[in-house]
Amino acid sequence: MKVRAQIGMVLNLDKCIGCHTCSITCKNVWTSREGVEYAWFNNVETKPGIGFPKEWENQQKWNGGWVRNKSGKLELKIGGKRRILANIFANPDLPEIDDYYEPFDFDYQHLHNAGDSKHQPVARPRSLISGQRMEKIEWGPNWEEILGTEFAKRKKDKNFDEVVQKDIYGQFEKTFMMYLPRLCEHCLNPACVAACPSGAIYKREEDGIVLIDQDKCRGWRMCVSACPYKKIYYNWKTGKSEKCTFCFPRIEAGQPTVCSETCVGRIRYLGVLLYDADKIEVAANTPNEKDLYQAQLDIFLDPNDPVVIAAARAEGISDNWIKAAQRSPVYMMAMDWKVALPLHPEYRTLPMVWYVPPLSPIQSAVQAGHVGMNGEIPDLKSLRIPLRYLANMLTAGDEAPVVRALERMIAMRAFKRAQQVDGIEDVDVLKQVGLTPVQVEEMYRYMALANYEDRFVIPTSHRAYAENAYDLKSSCGFSFGNGCGDGNNGVNLFGTKAKGVRQVIPVDIQE
Amino acid sequence: MAHLNMFAFGIYPYIAIAIMVIGSWIRYDREQYTWKTSSSQLLEKKQLRLGSIPFHIGILGIFLGHFFGLLMPKEIWHLLGITAQMKQMIAVGAGGLFGLICFFGLTVLIKRRLGNPRIRATSNTMDIVILLLLYAQLILGLLSITVSLGHMDGAEMLKLMAWAQNTVTFNSVAAVEAISNVHWIFKMHVFLGMTLFVVFPFSRLVHMLSVPVQYVRRQHQIVRQRFVR
Repeated sequence: MKVRAQIGMVLNLDKCIGCHTCSITCKNVWTSREGVEYAWFNNVETKPGIGFPKEWENQQKWNGGWVRNKSGKLELKIGGKRRILANIFANPDLPEIDDYYEPFDFDYQHLHNAGDSKHQPVARPRSLISGQRMEKIEWGPNWEEILGTEFAKRKKDKNFDEVVQKDIYGQFEKTFMMYLPRLCEHCLNPACVAACPSGAIYKREEDGIVLIDQDKCRGWRMCVSACPYKKIYYNWKTGKSEKCTFCFPRIEAGQPTVCSETCVGRIRYLGVLLYDADKIEVAANTPNEKDLYQAQLDIFLDPNDPVVIAAARAEGISDNWIKAAQRSPVYMMAMDWKVALPLHPEYRTLPMVWYVPPLSPIQSAVQAGHVGMNGEIPDLKSLRIPLRYLANMLTAGDEAPVVRALERMIAMRAFKRAQQVDGIEDVDVLKQVGLTPVQVEEMYRYMALANYEDRFVIPTSHRAYAENAYDLKSSCGFSFGNGCGDGNNGVNLFGTKAKGVRQVIPVDIQE
Repeated sequence: MAHLNMFAFGIYPYIAIAIMVIGSWIRYDREQYTWKTSSSQLLEKKQLRLGSIPFHIGILGIFLGHFFGLLMPKEIWHLLGITAQMKQMIAVGAGGLFGLICFFGLTVLIKRRLGNPRIRATSNTMDIVILLLLYAQLILGLLSITVSLGHMDGAEMLKLMAWAQNTVTFNSVAAVEAISNVHWIFKMHVFLGMTLFVVFPFSRLVHMLSVPVQYVRRQHQIVRQRFVR
């Protein structure tokens, strides 16, 4: 057993109102620069829809993620190492800017400068890449907002696969929608890291954040193709790839990521998960796709188990991290209550940003005057969002875990309603879904009330202890690109020592 | 003329190689962030694939041909049983083939860089200069085939080999002597070739030093530790 710690995230889709505050604050902090205007480290999609970039979930088209090859080995879907190198002159699986959208701005100045005319002046769009006039904007970062564009296009959504009669969801009375905020999954088995020919992408041991070393990146672009979530963006200005950093400078200081901090719906949770790094390869290579969700659950370690605690300490994980793991909201939702599920586990990357599936109105209630009941719980088959759709998104098509999660959320509502409106403890509804009253009260506290200090349990990294602060004195702080102009090759042309290692020669002072 | 020959083929090569080596070293050392392929595939994919693949295949073939053709001593060729005549046939045949492949790719790439508004707007001067320099060099190389076809005895080629081999062994007087009587197209080709060495560290050409050969042997996942315990 090799214990490692990771900061994971859960998004409660049941409460997402699709306001895009997460996307905007993220954009303002990280990607409001030339070259990455089109990049959204965090974006919110309206589902069903083909998403951003177009059809990112269609791996027959983009070849992202991992596959089990014929001999039962795990291999990148874009191909083995030799095939990746063979494609290095022109990557066949790279999306083009139009698959995202051509970034644009408007000629606002024209509104000030326009002379007298019969018609009101307008600000027309201009491409931020070529600088040329754009006659018509064909696509944007959130083109499908609230079911925008016709159903014929949106039904290409891969999550519709094997949903019976998907065409009926194009009818106004039958339609459904949900929001899906997306960011880098900071996977346990990241495909981008494996695909990088330069070895520039890495996972941080102490908190699992996946980063791109901007100095080592050479712009071979294989990571963009390999990431099945299409969450690595090529900066056309700098010629380097960039991605969500999980706001690591904030996480290190014990603060939540910008997207989580600013979420007005309070749907985001951050917490520590302990996992067994030795099991990653076997879990990612689980033969049946539908077993991948359970395989990933089996990697996670119980932070209250004395054996795990001892092993974690042996690996150098500090006590405040173990303590954070013990009260991690992510662990509770994923492991204790099993209401949070991974996004597309079938990509075999073992993603670490998980989602609570959304409840939806029970549509037959209006027509039939009653709701089908399954014991104490309404029949989930009559939910407006097809179960199969959610299962395709969150559990590789296995409906049972989705049903369990939704039933538990309904049971929580029924129990709390009975308790607070009718004044009775309706334990029967809990028995059916396998929860205790104590658990439900906890679920209520975390998921319904969602206080700040419950949502974000982030230990500080205590860099002051981890590193010798004296070594860092007068060294390069947080900088971008070539900010401090120091290569990382260890050889220094001009004969000075590499920064960060300061040798102090002790001097004896004798009176 | 003798002075000009001396400078262009006896001195300039050393200046060029020195600039290439030291310049690349400084850039790698101090400016890693600028060390990249500068790919524009994100902005335009179809023409890039059409041009980039033949361009790279062609130029790699040409590079290897020049490397072994110029620097391998003629004695070794003799040992292999290849006469100067045969060697010239191989050089003209293989060089012509790879040259044409490269020519096709480079033509597509230049048309794309100058003609596509997105690519044009995001190109810097060096991106365009380097393409045009390579184009000129390639055309000179292809033109030299017509000169070679004029005399198939391989004598001209032996002179160029002598120049290259004397240059790398620091025998520049002999090198200049060897090259002073070759056709002007060859001279132009050699001079422009040295100029490519000069611009190397200032352009995107540096990416060829970062061919990721070590990737094949690397393990898939990389985990970095903040500090060594």
